[in-house]
Amino acid sequence: MNPFSSGTRLSDMIRAIRASKTAAEERAVVRKECAAIRASINENDQDYRHRDLAKLMFIHMLGYPTHFGQMECLKLIASPGFPEKRIGYLGLMLLLDERQEVLMLVTNSLKQDMNHTNQYIVGLALCALGNICSAEMARDLAPEVERLLQFRDPNIRKKAALCAIRIIRKVPDLSENFTNPAAALLKEKHHGVLITGVHLCTEICTVSPEALEYFRKKCTEGLVKTLKDIANSPYSPEYDVAGITDPFLHIRLLRLLRVLGQGDAEASDCMNDILAQVASKTESNKNAGNAILYECVQTIMSIEENGGLRVLAINILGKFLSNRDNNIRYVALNMLMRSLTVDSQAVQRHRATILECVKDSDASIQKRALELIYNLVNENNVKPLAKELIEYLEVSEQDFKEDLTAKICSIVEKFAPEKIWYIDQMLKVLSEAGNYVKEDVWHALIVVITNASDLHGYSVRALYRALQASSEQETLVRVAIWCIGEYADLLVNNTGMLDLEDPITVTESDAVDIVEATIKHHTSDVTTKAMALIALLKISSRFPSCSERVKSIIGQNKGSFVLELQQRSLEFSSVIQKHQNIRSSLVERMPVLDEATFSGRRAGSLPASVSTSGKSSIGIPNGVVKAAAPLVDLLDLSSDDTPAPTSSSVNFLQDLLGGDLTQPSAQPGTMQPSNAGADILLDLLSIGSPAPVQNGSGSTNGDLLSVQHNNAPIASIDTLSSMSPTAPSSMMDLLDGFGPTPPPKSVTTEDKAPAYPSIVAFESNSLKIEFNFTKQPENLQSTDIVATFTNLTPNVYTDFLFQAAVPKYLQLHLDPASSNSLPANGNIKQTMRVTNSQRGKKPIVMRMRLGYKIDGKDVLEEGQINNFPREL
Amino acid sequence: MIHFVLLVSRQGKVRLTKWYSPYTQKERSKVIRELSGVILSRGPKLCNFVEWRGYKVVYKRYASLYFCMCIDEDDNELEVLEIIHHFVEILDRYFGSVCELDLIFHFHKAYYILDELLIAGELQESSKKTVARIISTQDQLVEAAKEEAGSISNIIAQATK
Repeated sequence: MNPFSSGTRLSDMIRAIRASKTAAEERAVVRKECAAIRASINENDQDYRHRDLAKLMFIHMLGYPTHFGQMECLKLIASPGFPEKRIGYLGLMLLLDERQEVLMLVTNSLKQDMNHTNQYIVGLALCALGNICSAEMARDLAPEVERLLQFRDPNIRKKAALCAIRIIRKVPDLSENFTNPAAALLKEKHHGVLITGVHLCTEICTVSPEALEYFRKKCTEGLVKTLKDIANSPYSPEYDVAGITDPFLHIRLLRLLRVLGQGDAEASDCMNDILAQVASKTESNKNAGNAILYECVQTIMSIEENGGLRVLAINILGKFLSNRDNNIRYVALNMLMRSLTVDSQAVQRHRATILECVKDSDASIQKRALELIYNLVNENNVKPLAKELIEYLEVSEQDFKEDLTAKICSIVEKFAPEKIWYIDQMLKVLSEAGNYVKEDVWHALIVVITNASDLHGYSVRALYRALQASSEQETLVRVAIWCIGEYADLLVNNTGMLDLEDPITVTESDAVDIVEATIKHHTSDVTTKAMALIALLKISSRFPSCSERVKSIIGQNKGSFVLELQQRSLEFSSVIQKHQNIRSSLVERMPVLDEATFSGRRAGSLPASVSTSGKSSIGIPNGVVKAAAPLVDLLDLSSDDTPAPTSSSVNFLQDLLGGDLTQPSAQPGTMQPSNAGADILLDLLSIGSPAPVQNGSGSTNGDLLSVQHNNAPIASIDTLSSMSPTAPSSMMDLLDGFGPTPPPKSVTTEDKAPAYPSIVAFESNSLKIEFNFTKQPENLQSTDIVATFTNLTPNVYTDFLFQAAVPKYLQLHLDPASSNSLPANGNIKQTMRVTNSQRGKKPIVMRMRLGYKIDGKDVLEEGQINNFPREL
Repeated sequence: MIHFVLLVSRQGKVRLTKWYSPYTQKERSKVIRELSGVILSRGPKLCNFVEWRGYKVVYKRYASLYFCMCIDEDDNELEVLEIIHHFVEILDRYFGSVCELDLIFHFHKAYYILDELLIAGELQESSKKTVARIISTQDQLVEAAKEEAGSISNIIAQATK
C-alpha cells in the first residue's frame, strides 16, 4: 500500500492545519496532504478515495486548487454504495461548477441514480442536479425530473420540484412539460412539497404567459383557501415559528398570489379578503410575522387596485418606518421605493421620516433612504429637501459623501426653480464636498453661470468669498478661478450688485492674490494651476495696473517641471510682454457657452454622422452663429493645450474649456472647423521641436477669428476658413516673440495651394476614396494625406476600418478616422502621413484593405494604390 | 433566489460555502474576500442587510460565526433571516448546541444538512423535524454500510490467517 495514503485521517489533517502558526506552515501541510492525495489517486486506491475527497473539500474551502480531485468525485458517484455516492455528490457540488466540461460526464450516472431503488440515492442525484446542472443536462434529464414529481415519497417530490425550477431557469422552453405536474403539487398536504410546488408554479408563471393564465383560472381559489387554512391553523409544533404556522409557506403563497393577481381584476378580487386578514391579523412583534407582512404589502401593492387594502398596506409601512429595528426600517424604505409608482402621494406623506433615515448611522439604510428621497423630489419640494440634504452633507460620513453629493447635484440641477438658487446650492455643495463633484457637474455649473449674464457679478463675488473661506475643495477652486478670470472686473467694481448681497470690497490686487495663492497652494493639481495661469493672463488685461505683478507670477512657472505649466508660463509671459496691443482682444471674455450643445454632449446624444458638409449651415445664418462661437473658442483653448501630443492633454483641454463643448455636435457644419483644428494639431505634432511655437500661432489665430466673428451675422465654417488668411499679419507678429521664426504656415488645408493634385485612390460601386496631399516645406520627405471615404450607397456602413500597408522604404502613420460609421451618401475623413525615404527615386505605393458592415454583414475590399503623384 | 451561502468566522476564515449560481474559483475567492471585509466591519446594531453589486447580502451573527446569504434585489430579506435561523436551529439540534469546532471537523455534515434545506437556492423544507429525520436515516445508511464492510473484511482477514 502507498506509504502516504495510509497516513492521516481527516480530523488529523484539520488539526494539523489549525495548528499551523503561519500561512507558510499551513501551505506546507496542505502541500504534503495534496501530494499524498495525488499519489493515492494515481494508485487508484479505492479504500481511501472517500477520505481523500473529504480532505480535498476541506482544502478547497481554504482556497487551494483542487481540480485534480474532480475525477475522483465521478468515480465515487459511479460506485455502488450509498456512503461513496453521498460524499461523491457532495464533492461534485463543491469542487465543480456548471461550466466545467467534466460535469457532462456525470449526466449518465445522474440518470441511473435517479432511477435507483434506494430513494435516498435518488435524493442525492436530484440535489446535485438542482444545484449545479447546466442547460444541456437540464434538457437531458428533464423527463426524469418530471417523472419524479409524482414519486411516492414526498421527500423526492419536493426535491424534484426544486430541480424543475433550476431546469426552467436554464431552459425556459421546458416549462411547458412541468405545468401540469406543478399544478398537481398545489393540492399536496406535505408542507415541503407544497412550498416547493408553489415556488415551481411561481417560476413557471414568470416564463410562460400561457401557464400564468392556466394557473390563474384553475388554481387561484385553491391557493386562497390554502392560505386561509394555514393562516387560521391551530398551533402545530412542527412548523411553528414564533407563534406562526410555517411563515415560509405563507410567504410563498403570497408571492404566487401576487403573480396571479397582477393585471387581473378577477383574481385580485378573489384574494382581497385573505390579504386583508393576513395584513391585519399577523403579529408584528417578531421577525417571522414582519416577513409575512412585508410580503403581504408587496402583494397588495402589486395586484389590481383596491383602495381599502392599499391604505392598510401603506399604514403597515408607516408602522415599519417608525420601528426601532433597523431591519424593519430598511425593508420599509425598500417597499416604499417600489410603491412609489403606485401611490406616490402616500409615500410623500412619509417624507420627513425618510429624510431622517438618510441621516441614520447605518450605511444600508442611508443608501436606501437617499435613493427614495431622490425619487421623491419634485419642483414643489426641491428647496426644503435640498436644504436638508446639503446641511447633512457637512456632517455625513466620508464614504457616503460621494453618493450624497452626486444625488444633490442631480436634484438641484433638475428641479432648480431659478438660476440664482441653483448657483447658490451648487456653491454650497462645492464648498462642502467639492472633491466629490464630478467633472460634468461643475462644467454644467460654468455653463449656467455664463448663460446668466445678470448673475455674473453675483457669482464671481460669491465664489470669491467661498474661495477665501476654504481652498481645500479642488472643484470649488477651479470654478472660482475660472469665474475670477472671466469676471474679475465685476468682482472689483461690484457690478450688478443684487439686493440680497452683502457689499464686499475687493481690490485689484486682492483678486491677483487669491489666484496667486491657488497656484502656490500645495493641493492644487496641474489642471487647476493651468486654469489659474489663464485667469492671471485675463486679469492682467482687465487690470493693467497689475500687469507687472501678474507677469512676475506667471514668470515664476517658467521653470516648472510640468511641461504644461512651463509652456503656458512662457507663452503668456510673451503675450504680456510683447503684445500689449492685441492682448485685450486675445483674452476677451468667453462667449456664452451653449447650454443645448453642452447638455446634448453630456447625454451622449451625439449624432452618428456630423459631416453633412458646410453647405446647409450657410442657409441658416442665425442658427450657426451661436454654435460657431463656442466652437471657435474651443479651438483656441484646445490649441493652447496641444503641446503635449497625448490624449490626456486633449482631455485636459476639455477640462479647461469647462465642458465637452469642443466636440463637433449636433450642429451641421461644425465638423469642418474642428477637423481643420485637428489638422493643425496634427501638423504641429509632426514638426518636432518648434511645435509650441506653431501652437501659439494656432491659438492666436483661433482667437483672432473668434474676435472678428463674434459680431458677424454669419460665421459658418466656410467663411471661417476663408477668413483665416487675414490672420497671418498679426500671427507673424506674435510668432517673433517666441524665438526663431518658423516658416509661416497656413492654417487650413484648403489654403495650402494644393501643389499636388488629388487622386481617386479607389472606386467601386459602393465606395470612393479620395486622397488629398500636402507637404511641409521643411520636410519634403513626408506627405500628409487626407483620405476622404465617400459612401455611394443609401446604406450606412458601420465598423468602418481602413488599413494600409507600404513597402519598407516608406513609413506610414495612420490616424484614427473621424468616425467608424459611414453614413448613407456621406463621407468620413482619415489622415495619414507617409514618409518616403527614397523620395524622387521611388514613388509611393500602398496596399489597402477596407472592412465595414452593412446591416451587420461584413464586407471586405482590398486594392493597391499606384496612382500617387510621382514627386511625392 | 439565494445565489450563495457563506459561513465566515470572526477572524475571516471560511467555514462553509455553497454556490447556487456559477462563479469561477477566482470570483469565489474575490467575493469571499470582499464580503467578509464589509460584513465583519459592520457594527452590532446595524441592519442585517448589505447592498452589494446589485444584490443583497443578508447576514446574521451567531456566536463567532457569520451566516451570510446573497439574494436578489426583490427577494424578501426578512424571510432569508428566518431561513438562516432555521438552518442554525437544525444544526444546533443535530450537533447538540453547535459550535464553530463542530462545523470545522464535521464540515461535510453541515453541507449535508444544508442540502436538505436548500436546493437550487430555494427553500426545500420548513420542518426542522423532517430535515433531522432524513439526515439521520442517511447517516444510518452510512453506518450500516461501514459495519458491513468491516465484517466482510474481518471475515476475509480471518480466512486468510
